[in-house]
Amino acid sequence: MNAAAPSQEDYISGSRLERILRAGRFAVTAELNPPDSADPQEVYDAALVLSRVCDAINATDASGANCHMSSVAICALLTRAGYEPVMQVACRDRNRIAIQGDVLGAAAMGVKNLLCLTGDDTSAGDQPEAKRVFDLDSIHLLRTVKIMRDQGQYLSGRKITQPPRLFLGAAVNPFVQPYDWRPLRLAKKIQAGANFIQTQYCFDVPRFRTFMQQVRDLGIDQKVCLLVGVGPLRSDRAAEFMRTKVPGVVIPDEIVDRLRKTPSEKKQEVGKQICVEIIQQVREIDGVAGVHVMAYRQEELVAEIIEEAGLLPRPRQPKAPDPDPFTQERKWKRGTEDTQ
Amino acid sequence: MSIGSWLRDRPHFLELVYDGTHWLFKRLDPVISWIGYERAEKLITPPEEVGKKVVFDCRMCGQCILHSTGMTCPMTCPKNLRNGPCGGVRNNGNCEVKPEMRCVWVEAYERSLDMPVYGPEMVLLQPPVNRMLEDRSAWITMLTGEDQQVPAGWEGVSQLTILAEDLSVHFPKTSDD
Repeated sequence: MNAAAPSQEDYISGSRLERILRAGRFAVTAELNPPDSADPQEVYDAALVLSRVCDAINATDASGANCHMSSVAICALLTRAGYEPVMQVACRDRNRIAIQGDVLGAAAMGVKNLLCLTGDDTSAGDQPEAKRVFDLDSIHLLRTVKIMRDQGQYLSGRKITQPPRLFLGAAVNPFVQPYDWRPLRLAKKIQAGANFIQTQYCFDVPRFRTFMQQVRDLGIDQKVCLLVGVGPLRSDRAAEFMRTKVPGVVIPDEIVDRLRKTPSEKKQEVGKQICVEIIQQVREIDGVAGVHVMAYRQEELVAEIIEEAGLLPRPRQPKAPDPDPFTQERKWKRGTEDTQ
Repeated sequence: MSIGSWLRDRPHFLELVYDGTHWLFKRLDPVISWIGYERAEKLITPPEEVGKKVVFDCRMCGQCILHSTGMTCPMTCPKNLRNGPCGGVRNNGNCEVKPEMRCVWVEAYERSLDMPVYGPEMVLLQPPVNRMLEDRSAWITMLTGEDQQVPAGWEGVSQLTILAEDLSVHFPKTSDD
């Protein structure tokens, strides 16, 4: 990545996340817990807490195959209020036609960061009887959006008059088998078009160090901005649930034991402390460009974690939420004219 | 146990069989073309389906990439992934969706390490599946070039890799951790 400050033209998307990462600043993103509600205020309440301490907010796409407000709708609300979302798109629920349409629509609403995922299987969720789609896989999705962005066309070859400007993200999980394949899979994702990476929860720092060593040996650490996924554990029971029920989450026994030995009133505090320690450890690893905080149902802890990890203040104050969407729309239009 | 699993555990033998069959079909192409691809497909499809079903649990996607995926059928992955394992693999190396089944891609990667000819093709990008070729003979779609047709923008993409030219260096038998 180019460390010199590029002009607006040089940016892939011009998103705040891209600007921070390409300036070589340590980035912080956080996951918004999507509401089970039709009230937009619930999205804004959750976003307000996060926006003060992070550079971009991830809107999940029915993660764990559980239905919540859709990522595209959350992003619409967030961009309207001037927040910077990372829209997650999973291949589980939609085929290539629906996904390409959603990507265009999201870009039209001001979404500039897109995280391309395969998605948890339907069997992981509370409606396992649903049909799984998986028309594309995450690498197909990355390349498809890259084609839309860089070549200005759909997969059919039909032209897109104004291509979407998107900073493309992908996920990696270095903590599950086949371990030696994981860096090669990252290489495939970069080849397919990934500009940034958000990893699965990192609780096993030695494993992650080995992975990053392999990534550096392949010479691909400079070709992508890698954000490490972290999050607090509420208790040893929560940890046990996550590592047995949530696909792809690996938590070493030492961490579960440490929580188990902690008196119950202190468990949440220790869980937070473990998270802060992990951030401080991974920050020292070469090739790590930021962290991605996922605090499921513990949003109130995100600000404390980021502060205690010494990651405040964030570069540039986040814009204050704007209750009038029309102002934002005008700003967005002006923004696009500037870049043309 | 079954002849299928016995064969699947001999990926180098299978890649040589693939190579031979590929060579044979290319040689027979003028004959098959003379018979007519459609007519030939009616004859070839049933034995192809049975044979591949027994050995690979083939799902007849009609665009076979077995040799590039460790002689392991990617369509047997419950998520139909064509480019490698998802992040949901269990600690014991089993599938996220079917806990009793070993992850298709864990097996594919292990087998690719014993495949000096095609193993390194694991790192190549595979294009999206053309669902119109389902239930067709992959040998015939190979000869007619239909399995090479990719969506717009995907032309030549599967030949690219950001890794070093010599892919064999990325397939060491053991890791140092």
